[in-house]
Amino acid sequence: MIAIIDYGAGNLFSVQNALNYLGLSSVITKDPTEIRQANGLILPGVGAFPDAMRMLDSSGLTGIVREEAVKKPFLGICLGMQMLFEESTEFGLTKGLGLLPGRVDWIRCPYKIPHMGWNSLQFAKKSPLLEGVEEGAYVYFVHSFQAYPGDGVLSAWCDYGTQIPALVEQGTVFGAQFHPEKSGDVGLMILKNFGRLTK
Amino acid sequence: MLAKRIIPCLDVRDGKVVKGINFVGIREVGDPVECAEMYNAQGADEIVFLDITATSDHRETMVDVVRETAKKVFVPLTVGGGISSVEDFAKLLRAGADKVSVNSAALKNPQLISDAADRFGSQCVVVAIDARKMEDGSWHAYSAGGRIDTGVDAVEWAKRACELGAGEILLTSMDADGTRDGFDLDLLNAVIAVAPVPVIASGGCGKLEHFSEVFEKTGADAALAASLFHYRELTVGDVKAHLKEKNIPVR
Repeated sequence: MIAIIDYGAGNLFSVQNALNYLGLSSVITKDPTEIRQANGLILPGVGAFPDAMRMLDSSGLTGIVREEAVKKPFLGICLGMQMLFEESTEFGLTKGLGLLPGRVDWIRCPYKIPHMGWNSLQFAKKSPLLEGVEEGAYVYFVHSFQAYPGDGVLSAWCDYGTQIPALVEQGTVFGAQFHPEKSGDVGLMILKNFGRLTK
Repeated sequence: MLAKRIIPCLDVRDGKVVKGINFVGIREVGDPVECAEMYNAQGADEIVFLDITATSDHRETMVDVVRETAKKVFVPLTVGGGISSVEDFAKLLRAGADKVSVNSAALKNPQLISDAADRFGSQCVVVAIDARKMEDGSWHAYSAGGRIDTGVDAVEWAKRACELGAGEILLTSMDADGTRDGFDLDLLNAVIAVAPVPVIASGGCGKLEHFSEVFEKTGADAALAASLFHYRELTVGDVKAHLKEKNIPVR
């Protein structure tokens, strides 16, 4: 069972639709017991960093998420990925979950912001989530801020006039800047790989 | 780099896919969920549902269509047509839409754009503009499915919509629509020059070369077509193979 953490942010149903399609059982929940009992966790997120952290805090889930993320496969998606880092400058400096080294700041590039659309993955290191995915495969992004990760956590990136971290990981903690649930067959493959880690 | 997007558009009335020619003469062509699945299999980068249902009591049908499609199709879904409030946005986003497009209601009440952008983020607010060329060389934005000339300058409107928080502009040339003579490059270039957000080209494509032309001669980020794909004259795959040959990045 994968718990999709419901703290009031993000389109949870899209993630659950994709998991259902893959035959992976999941529950959308804010119940600490369910989160502790799940075999894997997904932290979605759409919107602004400070709001999302505040909502997670007021759901009383921040501590539980920090504890559980290092015990079992944990995937942050989009803003949920950015929340894994130490801090973000979006609308003032806000502390993140601190599960991965690095910070979140504006994308600095000569192109349109947000970085929205399909961009191709370049691999930085081997990742269990990228099994069966070819380098150069396209995934779907929508974001204006990006991670500036510390050493060793980058698994895949894409080129947008600057290097944009697409997939990051350390131990049980994974983060996807793109939306695997909106990235066609490639995204489904990545979610399937995550599902396999939870079994 | 970002791939150029190819977006099939499905006109939906009372839960059925239909296709109008030059904004009139409508005929039914199928089930929207099945059509969306077919386009997804062809490699569509995004799917647009345009609700042309005349009465609001049938609008709930569109919410169901979106909900069912979102269970089977895992690319971004955009829904437009008859959206007039932030509550309409909420309903469709909750059903699984990723973006919602507004047209007439935003012309009447531009604050709808900023209200929706504040609440859901600019990334899901698409402003659709139906533009027709005037004798003086400018373009006017039309409302009510192309029936009413609002007198608003379409390029100015695009600029203002972006300032209000639009995350994308879906630009349809009413002059080109249905002609199959190609996209309206002048209109696109005029709007792209003032819009700092992605612009989707719509109206006028009739053959493969029109797709490469629009990406070579304008800064459009995406091209949308309805009839060509509906009547299976071309598949999304055909278009992408052609663009690849022309060294235009596609997924």
